[in-house]
Amino acid sequence: MSVDFIYPEFEVVRNDSRCIACRVCERQCANEVHSFDPKQGSILSDERKCVNCQRCVSLCPTRALKIVKSNCTLRENANWKDDTIKEVYKQAASGGVLLSSMGNPKEFPVYWDKILINASQVTNPSIDPLREPMETRVFLGKKPDRITRDQNGNIRCKLPPQLELSMPVMFSAMSYGSISYNAHASLARAATELGICYNTGEGGLHEDFYAYGPNTIVQVASGRFGVHKDYLDAGAAIEIKMGQGAKPGIGGHLPGAKIIGDVSRTRMVPEGSDAISPAPHHDIYSIEDLRQLVYSLKEATQYQKPIIVKVAAVHNIAAIASGVARSGADIIAIDGFRGGTGAAPTRIRDNVGIPIELALAAVDQRLRDEGIRNNVSLVAGGSIRCASDVVKAIALGADACYIATAALLALGCHLCRTCQSGKCNWGIATQRPELVKRLNPDMGAQRLVNLLTAWKHEIKELLGGMGINSIEALKGNRLMLRGIGLNEKELEILGISHAGE
Amino acid sequence: MKLEGQVRIPSGCAIAAAISRDGKRMTGEMIANAMKPMHDRSNGLGGGFAGYGIYPEYKDFYALHMFFDCRTTRKDCEVFLKEHFEIVKSEIMPTRKIPAITDEPVIWRYFVAPLQSVLHAQQLDEEEFVARTVMKINTEHPGAYVFSSGKNMGTFKAVGFPEDVGVFYRLDEYEGYSWTAHGRYPTNTPGWWGGAHPFSLLDWSIVHNGEISSYDANRRFIEMFGYQCTLQTDTEVITYIMDYLLRRQGLTLEEAASVVAAPFWSTIEDKPPAERETLMYLRTVFPGLLITGPFSVVFGFRGGLMALNDRLKLRSMVVGEKDDMVYIASEEAAIRTMAPDAENIWAPAGGEPVIIRVKDGVVV
Repeated sequence: MSVDFIYPEFEVVRNDSRCIACRVCERQCANEVHSFDPKQGSILSDERKCVNCQRCVSLCPTRALKIVKSNCTLRENANWKDDTIKEVYKQAASGGVLLSSMGNPKEFPVYWDKILINASQVTNPSIDPLREPMETRVFLGKKPDRITRDQNGNIRCKLPPQLELSMPVMFSAMSYGSISYNAHASLARAATELGICYNTGEGGLHEDFYAYGPNTIVQVASGRFGVHKDYLDAGAAIEIKMGQGAKPGIGGHLPGAKIIGDVSRTRMVPEGSDAISPAPHHDIYSIEDLRQLVYSLKEATQYQKPIIVKVAAVHNIAAIASGVARSGADIIAIDGFRGGTGAAPTRIRDNVGIPIELALAAVDQRLRDEGIRNNVSLVAGGSIRCASDVVKAIALGADACYIATAALLALGCHLCRTCQSGKCNWGIATQRPELVKRLNPDMGAQRLVNLLTAWKHEIKELLGGMGINSIEALKGNRLMLRGIGLNEKELEILGISHAGE
Repeated sequence: MKLEGQVRIPSGCAIAAAISRDGKRMTGEMIANAMKPMHDRSNGLGGGFAGYGIYPEYKDFYALHMFFDCRTTRKDCEVFLKEHFEIVKSEIMPTRKIPAITDEPVIWRYFVAPLQSVLHAQQLDEEEFVARTVMKINTEHPGAYVFSSGKNMGTFKAVGFPEDVGVFYRLDEYEGYSWTAHGRYPTNTPGWWGGAHPFSLLDWSIVHNGEISSYDANRRFIEMFGYQCTLQTDTEVITYIMDYLLRRQGLTLEEAASVVAAPFWSTIEDKPPAERETLMYLRTVFPGLLITGPFSVVFGFRGGLMALNDRLKLRSMVVGEKDDMVYIASEEAAIRTMAPDAENIWAPAGGEPVIIRVKDGVVV
């Protein structure tokens, strides 16, 4: 119906004087935007299908292509924005829930960008990381309350299980199924080379990747896909996924079309059937139930592995985290509302949850107020974009950060936010073999190693500037932060002073 | 302008200390004189001393040295003290009027013992009770401030140059086996006496030169255990850290030093297995108590001193000896003032604790 017509969001601009009709764009576009017209000997575009993933632009040998935002817009309206109106058209036509991918793109405050970092001047020296040792190693896990000694007076050095990381960054959960085999291979190899961890997500662990177990966090989510004894034993830590920042309060749905071959075997779900993760864990309706799952997993793995409980940042996150800290969990991972996803209902992604900066600050302070901060380590995610975000998160009180979108960008993702289509031209969020093979795991792993090596250098530079030579002296060191353009309440929650104070 | 405690004020400093391993007692005049050649390391905005063994006649009582902003505050606070302690002696702190030291608060000294009935009611041991009560006074009684609370030891501090502070407090009239001294160079001018150093709690005292970059990480960690950092100074938080590690966790001085000035991971990895395991353990358990940034501290305790530099040795500190005496100072000149023929002068490495105790069998 003509009322449903929505002018394409993007225009494919082809410079005909440069185009040599080599048809690379046609072969590269899984969305079938480009086609060859034999009569004219030229390439045609169907921009209705374009998602602006930039694959054709990147591969065009003559730089003949660019994708631009369409300027055919509806009449401007500050209340009824273009997107809002078009979403109404789509829903009026389909009667369905709108789906989106990756993190919340709306204009909410990004507090990382309103926080500034300190540096030493005069009264104490900055430290040059190229000349002096600069330490970034962290241990995640519960720390004992009391020192005990044996009969000879020696300290008993038995620690609860710890996760040792060479730097306070890990790759957060992305399931095999939501991303490709080659993406997982890249993450696993990079984590191993970097001395950090990656996370299986709720898709189980492919048999090829058990070798990377010491650098793997295995996830137990509400669907329990791929969970069995060997899987639990394989990882360095076990993560119970209670929630996800991109879609707090709801579960997941991997369509049957993606449950094929290895994905089906790894998830332990029959081929072609939908893998539906329920919104809650149906054995966890309250905090005391969580405790039972935590201890079931500890029993199953002889108390050898730290248990992470991952929760979405929601309004009363401080109280929730306090409860989790008393549930036997060793690590709490908090996922902010800008965290990414392979698919989520648009309304949920864009409107539910709170920013990680505020959640992290509130949780760290609450756990300290209750004197239980050392019972757990805190991991902050959703969304950590760069080394300075990591430094700010640690100074607010995190022990480490989770990154995922940044890792995917390193693998080639161009953030077109259409993962849910399964037609990722960069070979990441897809199971189509011809697309998956576009991501070379050797190069992918190297790019991830490069990214985090660069971040590590930057973290060291920032630490050295503050006169700090070990990351643990930054943890919770909020005096190193100042707010800019924040109101009193925001500063109070973040526990920092305003710039100039 | 905000007072110290409402705002964090970085400062540079001079420190000095002397101890007799034989437990021989000396007047405080020597240590006050030792600060003179380091005059330029202070700016007249704070000086102080701690002496150990100075109150032998009251050695079983906690000596509370207190500042009050006025007489009324003192009267009110004394009511509180009497509810918690038996006061065996209370007196005005003896001082000399000198032009270099002005605007002094009301300075008072009490020798007290905790009331047994209150101790039992609160189910606390004596030291924990005294520590908590001191912190209660310092946070809940505006205008009253306990700046010394140990047994047979005392802290003396003021706004002024340290050598003048020594004269003001008549240190030549006290005799102790161990002394520490501090001259302060704050980068702001709050002019509050409580902000001067040493900082002390129970028998612990700290003089410190430096500005630690880990301050807020340390503060927020230690405040989980009932300590309240009301001054926002490095010295205060280091004292609480040492109290926590030594008294509450039962660590040895060496172990505590390996927490606050932890060896680098690469150094730990090269140690023999047993030592490696202990160092790994302590660093993993107390990451929030690692102190970074420049510092040289002399930590005073009953029967000894510990000198410690940050692990990069970003502040000067030298140690020298003569007979049974050991001297520590920011500069060798200070040691030469105390002992012109001092021997074995050396600069301890970063993170290497120098612990001096009076000899076994000497009662202090």
